[in-house]
Amino acid sequence: MCWAFLADRWRLILFGPYPYAQQWRPALAMVLFALLVGASLAPGLWARRGSRLALGLAWPATIAAIAALLWGGVLGLPPVPSRLWGGLPLTMILASVGVSGAFVLAILLALGRRSDMPVIRAISAGFIEFFRGVPLVALLFLASVLFPYFVPPGWTMDVLLRAQIAFALFFAAYMAEAIRGGLQAIPRGQYAACESLGLTYWQAQRRILLPQALRTVIPSLVNIFIAAFKDTSLVVIISMIDLLGAANASTAEAKWWGLYIEPYLFVALIYLAICAVMSAYSRGLEHRLGVGER
Amino acid sequence: MSAAVSMREVSKRYGPLTALDRVSLEVARGERIVVCGPSGSGKSTLVSCIDGLLDHDEGRIVVDGIEVSRAAGTLPAVRRRVAMVFQQFNLFPHLTALENCTVGPELALGIGRAEARAAALALLERVRIPEQAHKYPAQLSGGQQQRVAIARALAMRPQVILFDEPTSALDPEMIREVLDVMVELAGSGMTMIVVTHEMGFAREVAHRIVFMDSGRVVQDDPPERFFAAPATDRARDFLSHVLRKDAA
Repeated sequence: MCWAFLADRWRLILFGPYPYAQQWRPALAMVLFALLVGASLAPGLWARRGSRLALGLAWPATIAAIAALLWGGVLGLPPVPSRLWGGLPLTMILASVGVSGAFVLAILLALGRRSDMPVIRAISAGFIEFFRGVPLVALLFLASVLFPYFVPPGWTMDVLLRAQIAFALFFAAYMAEAIRGGLQAIPRGQYAACESLGLTYWQAQRRILLPQALRTVIPSLVNIFIAAFKDTSLVVIISMIDLLGAANASTAEAKWWGLYIEPYLFVALIYLAICAVMSAYSRGLEHRLGVGER
Repeated sequence: MSAAVSMREVSKRYGPLTALDRVSLEVARGERIVVCGPSGSGKSTLVSCIDGLLDHDEGRIVVDGIEVSRAAGTLPAVRRRVAMVFQQFNLFPHLTALENCTVGPELALGIGRAEARAAALALLERVRIPEQAHKYPAQLSGGQQQRVAIARALAMRPQVILFDEPTSALDPEMIREVLDVMVELAGSGMTMIVVTHEMGFAREVAHRIVFMDSGRVVQDDPPERFFAAPATDRARDFLSHVLRKDAA
């Protein structure tokens, strides 16, 4: 084990090509993000009206602060274009934004696929089958390389945003099927009770049906979250330097040439730690919600 | 004044099977009807059609002057007037007993949270389980769950309550506590249509007993006449069967 290597290169692995002198910015952004997520996941905080309001304000504020830190160009921070973002912050952004977007879309797709309206059902099923059937690598290529050919000249979109959208669409297809399974597991009597009480479709979904469906599919959703988090490393193929990409790049110097174990072991431990946190949280959540007791 | 529920020549088919065959039934306000008959005779289909949970194929069902149909706006209006108690309770497992009784009034009737809570607590008191208000359905016995379901139905302030075999899924020792609540409810003048095989209950509270067989109403008489003179062999067989079970 060569500790000198890690001591020398850890900042490159963690932050990728982000300008060396400015790396405190992504570091601070990650701390803010960790605090926000930690606060949001604390049990019971969403149940109390006061803390719910505080969290509701903290989310947009923190996201704005993170964006300002990373992009710069405000408050005297030198601007850093998104193509220079890398390492762990990039991995976290891709995973969290991608998974959140995918989750919302997945709920709509799962409901759409069970809709009474044939057109909605066909669109949802077609969407799911397409994005589930295409390799993620192909989608990422499509988003980065082929996208410019499909839009009018002069029309541009940040490549990070394009990759982000590709991730969200791909994982939405998987999550939608898991959520649909949860909806199917709800006894028919629950639907009858909602109808009989005179609840509208959206009232019944929001208050009665989706809470039950999502609760039963926590294990498979967490499965997909974890897979998505690790699959963000595929952005290497469209020249984005995420955590794994940065580890790969960190040995590209004559002095460290030929070192493999240290960088990969280092990032493997980071991935492992984050996935362990996710699964520990989901275990706690299942316990609190009494999954499997009904 | 229109009838609470009026059914004219109502038919319902599942493919080749006729579940309801030109059923006509008038239920006046404050009237209590017990519907009985062998399994598969269409009793549950009947009450489901009244609440619009099933679409009937022919005939008309009118609740308090409003025709039950898919036409825009009519189903919500019908469901504000009709509440249902199910055989399997169908309580919402992720909500407490109290929340089960407030979710409908808050969302469908637009009643404020505090008022809905107070009303729900009063109803849980009325069905004799106020101390279980903050428990989840899985923590309650079957009889307690069904009483919460009755409170949930009452919370909607309905004009008619439908009961679809409310005691059939219960252990014998819990049937009485549910029937007691229903008897108390009958005493309050609520319009009730009850599908049940509990003939003691029928004798005690029903104004009329409707006997169904193969999707048809074959007898519609006050309890004294029904028990004294079943009109058909099927009714006689059915009665001797359920009464023997009651005696056992």
